[in-house]
Amino acid sequence: MNLEKWSHLRLGKRFVIGVPFVWLLIFFVVPFLILLRISVTDMGNGVDPFAPLLQAIDGSWRITLKYQNYLSIFEQADKDGAMVWWDTIYLEAYITSVKYALWTTVLCLFLGYPFAYFIARAKKSIQPALLMLVMLPFWTSFLLRVYAWKGILADQGVVNNFLLWLGILQEPLLMLYTDISMLVGMTYVYCPFMILPLYATLVKMDFRLLEAAHDLGASPWNAFWLITVPLSKAGIIAGSMLVFIPCLGEFVIPSLLGGAENIMIGRVVWDEMFSSNNWPRAAALAVVMVLFILVPMAIYAHYGAERDAMAED
Amino acid sequence: MQAISRFLQNNLGRFWLGAVYLFLYIPLFFLILFSFNSTRQDGIFTGFSTRWYLALLNDSRLVDGFFLSLKVAVITGTLSTILGTFAAFVLVRYSRFRGRSLFSGLVSAPLVMPEVIVGLSLLLLMVAVQHAIGWPERGVTTIVIGHTLLGMAYATVVIAARLREMDRTIEEAAMDLGCRPAQVFFLVTLPNILPSLVAAWMLTFTLSFDDVVVSEFLSGPGVTTLPQVIFGYARRGVNPSIYAAATILIFTVSCGIIAYSISTLRTQVRREREIKAAERAELAIRL
Repeated sequence: MNLEKWSHLRLGKRFVIGVPFVWLLIFFVVPFLILLRISVTDMGNGVDPFAPLLQAIDGSWRITLKYQNYLSIFEQADKDGAMVWWDTIYLEAYITSVKYALWTTVLCLFLGYPFAYFIARAKKSIQPALLMLVMLPFWTSFLLRVYAWKGILADQGVVNNFLLWLGILQEPLLMLYTDISMLVGMTYVYCPFMILPLYATLVKMDFRLLEAAHDLGASPWNAFWLITVPLSKAGIIAGSMLVFIPCLGEFVIPSLLGGAENIMIGRVVWDEMFSSNNWPRAAALAVVMVLFILVPMAIYAHYGAERDAMAED
Repeated sequence: MQAISRFLQNNLGRFWLGAVYLFLYIPLFFLILFSFNSTRQDGIFTGFSTRWYLALLNDSRLVDGFFLSLKVAVITGTLSTILGTFAAFVLVRYSRFRGRSLFSGLVSAPLVMPEVIVGLSLLLLMVAVQHAIGWPERGVTTIVIGHTLLGMAYATVVIAARLREMDRTIEEAAMDLGCRPAQVFFLVTLPNILPSLVAAWMLTFTLSFDDVVVSEFLSGPGVTTLPQVIFGYARRGVNPSIYAAATILIFTVSCGIIAYSISTLRTQVRREREIKAAERAELAIRL
């Protein structure tokens, strides 16, 4: 492929490419570089929130890179002052985040897969309306919908009152500020992100294949696992990534529905920045968070490329 | 027992659809119900009243936040749509220039980047810039920049999808008839992709109007958007005024979406009718 050199482009074309490119460079690339730069410095001395990268030491300019912000994610002093590995609040927050993101992905897949499947098999004429109904809550405030769960799951909330009234419970079940409220909230918010890509692949499937499998003696269960699931692999991967990635960095849901036990990394970055005023450490935590996101993104990109190649065949 | 299992097998689809829809709509139902509750008590409907709607109107923080959010969202929607149109054009039409793969990566990166990181890194940039040249103060400008960074990515996806579908022969026809590139764009391309621009504007407006995280990082003293006010209230406990605000929002959004669906349906019907009329005319000429 011969790429056009920048200087060979027409003026208008240069303008059209230049405007969004420059915008993204200034407000996306440069901030990230600043984040990296601050993550390798000390905390500043009083006035500045972080130490300068370039310092004059003994008359010559030196760049000092400090890695202890990264180290402190994995290592902290215990009560005797000895350094202990692995058992830090930061590492715990990362693990908690991954745990919730994984569980949410599994729950969304469990709820969303049959749902998308049944929509794809519904009458063609009502499919747009069924999808519209999935998207409709998405257009109303995410924050308010999460907030509503607070009232539903509270000790004096709707669910508890209902179960007490039925006589199933003798005393209110603790649901708010626990794993239950966290997973309900996250599954609720991210379910549509799973359903839509799944539907997009399932609706393209030729359902006559299932009839053929039936005629050849496969049980519905076998036909499902051997035909439907492999054919919808692209949708499963896309949906899982679209749920997993934003869940990992979720900030609002743990703040509203999580308790002291359910601290996720987004919250920790915030606290480090605004409560502890430790900018370098907040930056280091954020950089590591990006590394966590890169793995699922690479998987997604890999399968995306595979899918595009298949589509071109 | 067998009858029950057969019943389930035959109706599993309906049952599953119903259950998930119930899950998706239950919070909206309770938001609306409890906005009309007569007491602050959550979880029990004690009687009908509209007192929380009055309380909402008298809450100056919520009202101020609303107007600020409206302003931010309108600017964000407009900027995001403009930048998104540029970016979509580059992605769909300009396949060969140096840095194209970097460009396409950068355009979609904000979609997957956690908002906390976008907010934090932009805040660090703003602090650095302000340190150097004394501008901008943290406030509306910085929030708009943050929201537009995210909004542009979404707008690009929506507009690029429409641009790919567009029939390019009509642009070529316009050029053959002597239009300059800018004229082609404004007279042919733009009217063709207009529905996607409207959709992109609405989407980015909604994103901005609803955003908490980026605003929390980038807002300054005295500048609090509506979601930030609600977030603050929500963390403290139950406040039925928020339910009232939610109900108004749900009502507005539903009306907007219904109006939009009807108008797109109408254009579709009209277009089909015109195509049929054209076919009939052609037939008449041939006969």
